[in-house]
Amino acid sequence: MNAQTIQTATPKAKGAIMTPVRLIGVGAYLLGVFALVPLFIAVTGRWDFYYTLTSVALLSVGAAGVWLTFYIGRINIGQGAYALVGGYVSAILVVKAGFSFWATLPLAGIACAIVSVVIGLPILRLRGVYFAMVTLVLTEVARLSALALPVTNGAKGITSIPLPGELAVFGLTIIPDFATLANPKLAFYLMAAALMVVTYFVLWRIVNSRLGHLCRSLQQNEELASSIGVNTAMLRVLAYSISSFFGGIAGAVFVAISQSIYPSSFVVTDSVNFMLYCFLGGLGYVFGPMLGTLLLYFGWDLLSIAKQYQLLIYSGSMIALMLLLPNGILSLLDKKENRQ
Amino acid sequence: MTAPILQIKGVTKRFGGLTANSDISFDVAPREILSVIGPNGAGKSTLFKQIAGFINPTVGEVLFKGDRISGLPPHKVARLGVVRTFQETTIFRSMTVRENVIVAHHLRSKASLLGFFFGSGQARADEADFARSADDIIDFLGLQSIRNEMASNLPQGHLRALGMAIGLATHPEVILLDEPFAGMNHDETMRMVALVRRLRDERGLTVLLVEHDMPAVMKISDRIVCINFGEKIAEGTPSEIQANPRVIEAYLGSEDAAIGM
Ligand SMILES: Nc1ncnc2c1ncn2[C@@H]1O[C@H](COP(=O)(O)OP(=O)(O)OP(=O)(O)O)[C@@H](O)[C@H]1O
Ligand SMILES: [Mg+2]
Repeated sequence: MNAQTIQTATPKAKGAIMTPVRLIGVGAYLLGVFALVPLFIAVTGRWDFYYTLTSVALLSVGAAGVWLTFYIGRINIGQGAYALVGGYVSAILVVKAGFSFWATLPLAGIACAIVSVVIGLPILRLRGVYFAMVTLVLTEVARLSALALPVTNGAKGITSIPLPGELAVFGLTIIPDFATLANPKLAFYLMAAALMVVTYFVLWRIVNSRLGHLCRSLQQNEELASSIGVNTAMLRVLAYSISSFFGGIAGAVFVAISQSIYPSSFVVTDSVNFMLYCFLGGLGYVFGPMLGTLLLYFGWDLLSIAKQYQLLIYSGSMIALMLLLPNGILSLLDKKENRQ
Repeated sequence: MTAPILQIKGVTKRFGGLTANSDISFDVAPREILSVIGPNGAGKSTLFKQIAGFINPTVGEVLFKGDRISGLPPHKVARLGVVRTFQETTIFRSMTVRENVIVAHHLRSKASLLGFFFGSGQARADEADFARSADDIIDFLGLQSIRNEMASNLPQGHLRALGMAIGLATHPEVILLDEPFAGMNHDETMRMVALVRRLRDERGLTVLLVEHDMPAVMKISDRIVCINFGEKIAEGTPSEIQANPRVIEAYLGSEDAAIGM
């Protein structure tokens, strides 16, 4: 888990072009997410999959942020902290200030981005394990703050948060009040999936635009980047705040679904998992964290049929994957391309 | 003499108890090729780092066109037009040669990062402009054949040239080359010497360089500054430097190769 492994996983710039194959891929992906999954669940009656897949979508939004910090060469094990902050910001605004959930969603992201600028300015100067250790502590700091602050209601947390209300623009209903829906599970899934699609589109654009190129230059050689005129301190903070923005949004939606938040809603394990999703999917691939999240989270769920062997099989296959595919699952694609 | 483009004024740099640069002063004229020479550990790279803003002088200052640049961060110094290449080979290793040079055009962006994100007209114009300019630089340095090679696969000589290409991509007014001919054979060095002269003649650059290859230094330089143990011991034309007893002594007294006269 050193800088070297991160560097070898850099993608090639060819990603910017929308080839017909890519367009078909994107079409198939959207069709799968928005039509086939609901269809499959309706046919099989596995309504519990909605909860799992909604979680996958939201976790992958948080993981997208972690991936972006990897992209500037920093190991981020603190995304749980921002999910918690985002969750609390949304919950407090809805419950105590009567905001609509939809207004709190961007506000939760922005609040996290602001917090991350304040935290990032000093700590982003650290590299390697030093940065990683500090971020690891962040989640615990967030939990303890939530316990101590009056506004978060301590260990009792905030409960009975109303479901997202109606979202209307000029009197036109865009999203109906979730409380009136016959099937809020489906609604939550569609909302989380839409958020995931938008997040990954944004991430893909970032990586393939100048910002992404500069992030790559930063990841590969910070000193040289500053000598070509890159304000490296500013760029690091910018990437980290976008990362935290994603974390905050994911947290806010989680809270809306569970209608409650506690100091332990996101803990260090969650932060570690966010990082693992990125590793497993592939640090060199924009869609790596999404795939990593799906496989790890869904895989864990499916393995529950193995009862007491669940953890054993899960960790065993994880170690095997990391040994066989150190650059992530998506590096399989690369190998195939090279052989041709 | 025209007004100097760069003025080094009483620069002293101490690292704890070690004085790497001691009260060094000299001026650089526009479009001049000036070499800084001296035995290993004399403090040449330290001086370059201070000019480019990577470290701050303990005492003294560096002026660019009369304005103080010492103390500014490197990206600001680069924006003003003073750019350094590194003694240690530095490139973006997981990018191709062309990507390296394109990304180094950062300072010439007219579009904002958001503009690039949304693919605005200005951003597309910038991208086309960077690509054209990168190809020009690649052609100029004779790197056409390795344009699409991964930088990490290049041999030392090409890496030095790529380092220079990255520096040139920022379109500097003053470029500081730290051992640009290291790892090159005689023919490659002579070719690079010619290219550096063309940089000055055709692009109007002012060039400061640190180099141990004395024949190349004598051939390329308008003037030479010699440093020993952190102190400037001589300054003058190549022939003046070759005849300077303090310079000869400094080189004979070191394990370094003779000064090549
Ligand atoms: N960051 C630093 N901290 C402490 N000492 C340093 C530092 N940088 C350089 N030095 C010391 O300062 C002195 C001058 O180093 P510098 O790199 O400038 O020499 P140089 O003339 O470039 O040598 P060379 O020809 O070998 O490249 C050396 O003794 C070096 O060990
Ligand atoms: Mg040196």
